[in-house]
Amino acid sequence: MRVTQGTFSFLPDLTDQQIASQIEYCLGNGWAVSLEYTDDPHPRNAFWEMFGHPMFDIRDAAGVMTEVNACRKTFPNHYIKVNAFDATRGRESLRLSFIINRPAAEPGFNLVREEGPGRSVRYTTRAYATERPEGERY
Amino acid sequence: MNSSAVTDRAVKEKAVKDNAVAGDEQKRAKTGAARYRAGVLKYAQMGYWNPDYSPAPTDVLALFRITPQDGVEPEEAAAAVAGESSTATWTVVWTDRLTACDRYRAKAYRVDPVPGAPGQYFAYIAYDLDLFEPGSVANLTASVIGNVFGFKPLKALRLEDMRFPVAYVKTFAGPPTGIVVERERLDKFGRPLLGATVKPKLGLSGKNYGRVVYEALKGGLDFTKDDENINSQPFMHWRDRFLYCMEAINRAQAATGEVKGHYLNVTAGTMEDMYERAEFAKELGSVIVMIDLVIGYTAIQSMSRWARRNDMILHLHRAGHSTYTRQKSHGVSFRVISKWMRLAGVDHIHAGTVVGKLEGDPNSVQGFYNVLREGRNEQDLQRGIFFEQDWAGLHGVMPVASGGIHAGQMHQLLHYLGEDVVLQFGGGTIGHPMGIAAGATANRVALEAMVLARNEGRDIWNEGPQILATAAKDCAPLKAALDVWGEITFNYASTDTPDFVPTANVA
Repeated sequence: MRVTQGTFSFLPDLTDQQIASQIEYCLGNGWAVSLEYTDDPHPRNAFWEMFGHPMFDIRDAAGVMTEVNACRKTFPNHYIKVNAFDATRGRESLRLSFIINRPAAEPGFNLVREEGPGRSVRYTTRAYATERPEGERY
Repeated sequence: MNSSAVTDRAVKEKAVKDNAVAGDEQKRAKTGAARYRAGVLKYAQMGYWNPDYSPAPTDVLALFRITPQDGVEPEEAAAAVAGESSTATWTVVWTDRLTACDRYRAKAYRVDPVPGAPGQYFAYIAYDLDLFEPGSVANLTASVIGNVFGFKPLKALRLEDMRFPVAYVKTFAGPPTGIVVERERLDKFGRPLLGATVKPKLGLSGKNYGRVVYEALKGGLDFTKDDENINSQPFMHWRDRFLYCMEAINRAQAATGEVKGHYLNVTAGTMEDMYERAEFAKELGSVIVMIDLVIGYTAIQSMSRWARRNDMILHLHRAGHSTYTRQKSHGVSFRVISKWMRLAGVDHIHAGTVVGKLEGDPNSVQGFYNVLREGRNEQDLQRGIFFEQDWAGLHGVMPVASGGIHAGQMHQLLHYLGEDVVLQFGGGTIGHPMGIAAGATANRVALEAMVLARNEGRDIWNEGPQILATAAKDCAPLKAALDVWGEITFNYASTDTPDFVPTANVA
């Protein structure tokens, strides 16, 4: 399977040039770019690990790409995403978030059902990979 | 010009002037004892027409399009609207003098002819803040559209726009979730969301219905949707629908790793039934519930409170609105409905597609979207927005574009509607020749390719079809969608268009 979180996961994996031009777009809008990585791709895992702080002061895409490459080198088998943060009043949230690195094999998720009264079912989604400890999953 | 023509003109001018003097008398407010002598006065004479009034920042303002009956002066018609939507009745009553009536009278303060529409006028009316109960759309609308639309001296009447002072806006809690928090909960940023309404909208059993939901969500949509009239009918009990839909949602989440949702329509005959259905949706883990506009403003505000207390996104289907929003001469503009619904507190509202099968002039629709999404609206006559509006921190409402749209229009949709919108492809997903999941994939790929290209700085308006064709090389479902629907358009003249067009600037 393919985890399709993020803005561009239905497209073929982006090339470095495509990544750089998205970063260019974000910087042009005054957004701060940051990198996050994880080996727990649960859809409600809101807090991936931060690869440094948001790069509030880096204004050129080449500088961000250096960090992208460093992150990919450190975590070649993790999910890595590029986020763009907009501090404008009323938004103060992400404007773009797309995956730029993923494990070679993605085993996907197990759906666990617990039958309850009145035909209701409690569902739990569990990544097969998270049965192993953090750092040893992919 | 000969001399008799000059004389004719002088006579005509004198007649116009004499009429104006007599008319002025009719338009001037009477004061003191003369104002309260028993009998009937013109509304203007009762004080509802006041061209010298300058609206206070705390006033509620309304702009009506009035079409007076023949022989009724536009100022008197405007005064009548102000009177009947505030304190007046048809005759003088002495009990006015027991109140601060000068303050409570709404004031028509400006009347302009509508450009290009003889016999129609824009009437501006100001209402004192104390005329309205805080936090009640029902009370607001009972005044502003309560009695006045059937008033005999008018051929037709339309409420075009309203301005709410910050003091009044702050009496409403507004959308329970809002665009920003919805995106954070769903973990979806930087692109429009994608949805589809299950079709056929009536007749499917719960199990078959859930199948459509599963296929569409697994294929790449973020949301699926109950239609406005799917409640609890003989072919499918509501509990059955909810249970099968939740199975479908959870299966699709596990298949994709994404948060998914289905707008479970909790519309029912009573509030008690709606609460029961909403509670059940919550127990099952749904992220969103849905209501129809026809349940009424108070029911909408009640469901909004419920949604706020229960961390639920609230979707509103504007069922019924075209009965009063579509014709320009009479009714209530959808931009006003949009404002009321932002105050009442919904997170999603259907607001037009521009390019699809349902009514929607591009400028008018963009006006609705701006009213729903922006933190502040400036006057924008080209988009039908007559007043500035400060939303004072009230969350934005996510507009929903639904009805006759398909993947081949993706560049137009992104161009007209922007990013904070749910694009709903019902037929354009379920009618796909390779199946429902393939239809969903086609839409998602088309969308992501278009956003990517736009961000890269490409001219999507002109290069859109080419961008889609290139994306289709890696995606057979998109290719099939473009082959089937690529040429389908709905080009009909809009009925609800703005009255102002930009003119060339001399400078």
